[in-house]
Amino acid sequence: MTYHRIAALVVRHLYLYRRSLPRMMEIIYWPFLDLVVWGFITVYLATFQGQMPAVVTFLLGALILWDVLFRSQQGIAISFLEEIWARNLMNLFASPLTPNEFLAATMVMSLFKVTAVSIVMSLCAWVFYGYNVFMIGLWLMPFIVNLVLTGWIIGVLTTSLIMRFGQEAEVLAWSMVFLFQPISCVFYPLEVLPTWLKGVAWINPAAHVFEGMRGLLATHAAPLASLGWAAGLNLFYLGLVIAWFHHTFNVCKDRGSLVRVGE
Amino acid sequence: MSSAVVEVRHLTKRFGEFTAVDGISFDIRRGEILGLLGPNGAGKTTTLQMMLGLVTPTSGSIHMFGLDLQRHRGAILQQVNFSSTYMSMPYALTVEENLSIIGRLYGLSDIPRRIDDMVKKLEMAEWRHTLTRKLSSGQMTRLTLAKALLTEPKILFLDEPTASLDPDIANKIRTILLEERRASGLSILYTSHNMREMETMSDRIIFLQRGKIVAEGTAQDIVARFGQEDLEDVFLKLAREQ
Ligand SMILES: Nc1ncnc2c1ncn2[C@@H]1O[C@H](COP(=O)(O)OP(=O)(O)O)[C@@H](O)[C@H]1O
Ligand SMILES: [Mg+2]
Repeated sequence: MTYHRIAALVVRHLYLYRRSLPRMMEIIYWPFLDLVVWGFITVYLATFQGQMPAVVTFLLGALILWDVLFRSQQGIAISFLEEIWARNLMNLFASPLTPNEFLAATMVMSLFKVTAVSIVMSLCAWVFYGYNVFMIGLWLMPFIVNLVLTGWIIGVLTTSLIMRFGQEAEVLAWSMVFLFQPISCVFYPLEVLPTWLKGVAWINPAAHVFEGMRGLLATHAAPLASLGWAAGLNLFYLGLVIAWFHHTFNVCKDRGSLVRVGE
Repeated sequence: MSSAVVEVRHLTKRFGEFTAVDGISFDIRRGEILGLLGPNGAGKTTTLQMMLGLVTPTSGSIHMFGLDLQRHRGAILQQVNFSSTYMSMPYALTVEENLSIIGRLYGLSDIPRRIDDMVKKLEMAEWRHTLTRKLSSGQMTRLTLAKALLTEPKILFLDEPTASLDPDIANKIRTILLEERRASGLSILYTSHNMREMETMSDRIIFLQRGKIVAEGTAQDIVARFGQEDLEDVFLKLAREQ
């Protein structure tokens, strides 16, 4: 891994964002709108506060954390799409850049996006609804780290699929993550799922994060078990999808399709 | 042949049943300009892409600077660059930003000075701060050439570099390439459909047809061997023999 090559790709994306209104909207305005809509819903639900206090406090927090996962995934997949749209893959991979350095750069972009979106959303939640996401306390950090990792897994998976199947798969950059939403138990506990789906959700690291969050808010017990499962599953899958990315990369070089992706 | 910077041996590429490049072997010496000539579909681009590590050969080997491309990809590609009429660079960045990213990607020192040099050499000053999406195709070709020369490569691969240029700029580009070769010993592998250009530019020509080398030598050699008037006649004769 060579630092200057990763930095080059990051700077390239920053140039891109600096000048592009739609891209800035993606990290500032859309998260803001998301939050406003859900904020009104919680305000409405708060009128029933007697019956469901936990729901009200949790909903906004869950939304912000879900967005961490979503933007983390986008940071990877969209960064790859940008190179396809710019027909830049040939310039990149005929240089000394390695696939791992490429992935590392998309991960840095993903961290930028997550940070920007988290700041926007936490600030809005606080200003408009008096909701302080930091009341979750220091445990918030390991939860966020795990969600970022899950986002990377889905992002690298999506990227490999787009590389392999080309233009038709591009829409996955936006839709793939929602395939995982029902089994991530973002807004409801795992126990409401039908039995067979519980098993599926259980091997999804994000479900452990959101379960741990709810547990923490309800009992204030340290969510060590949830975090342990989430981290273990995350590292296992991340290793797996990175290996698969390399495999796909080699298949594409063999078929001569690497420089034709998106054409 | 100790001064060979490129050694290609029995290079073959099959896409499924179809053989695009069929067991070709050739060398390029330091400071040599080798022309790769052949009709559409002959396998020129595939050959270049294999030499850039973008396409994996089915069999055969590629060595540059005495190193095997499969095993020393990074070290080799650091010293190599390419330009093609059919490539592009990120549209949403300015010309200068794009060059500066390339400078960083290859870890160059003194990037601003190098960009200044390129801008001067390729007469890009007027549109240096223009967004790449606004460039004409001729300007785009100059940008991709600037990108390739910016890294001061020892070997340059050019896929139809002058195809979209007007004769004046094409001529200037040829002059620049010849000057780079003279000044730094740059080796160039170069495809083109422009026979006159091939004749004036290339020290040696390889004629590729259906993935195979069917003729090799200086332009005069080849013309003499096929008993034709000029290279264009040879091209037509060979292309119509299929
Ligand atoms: N990725 C690929 N998959 C299948 N066939 C390919 C691929 N790339 C090139 N070809 C085929 O290989 C042949 C040589 O192509 P190419 O190297 O582009 O020729 P040239 O550059 O000489 O015009 C063509 O018939 C082309 O259709
Ligand atoms: Mg070609």
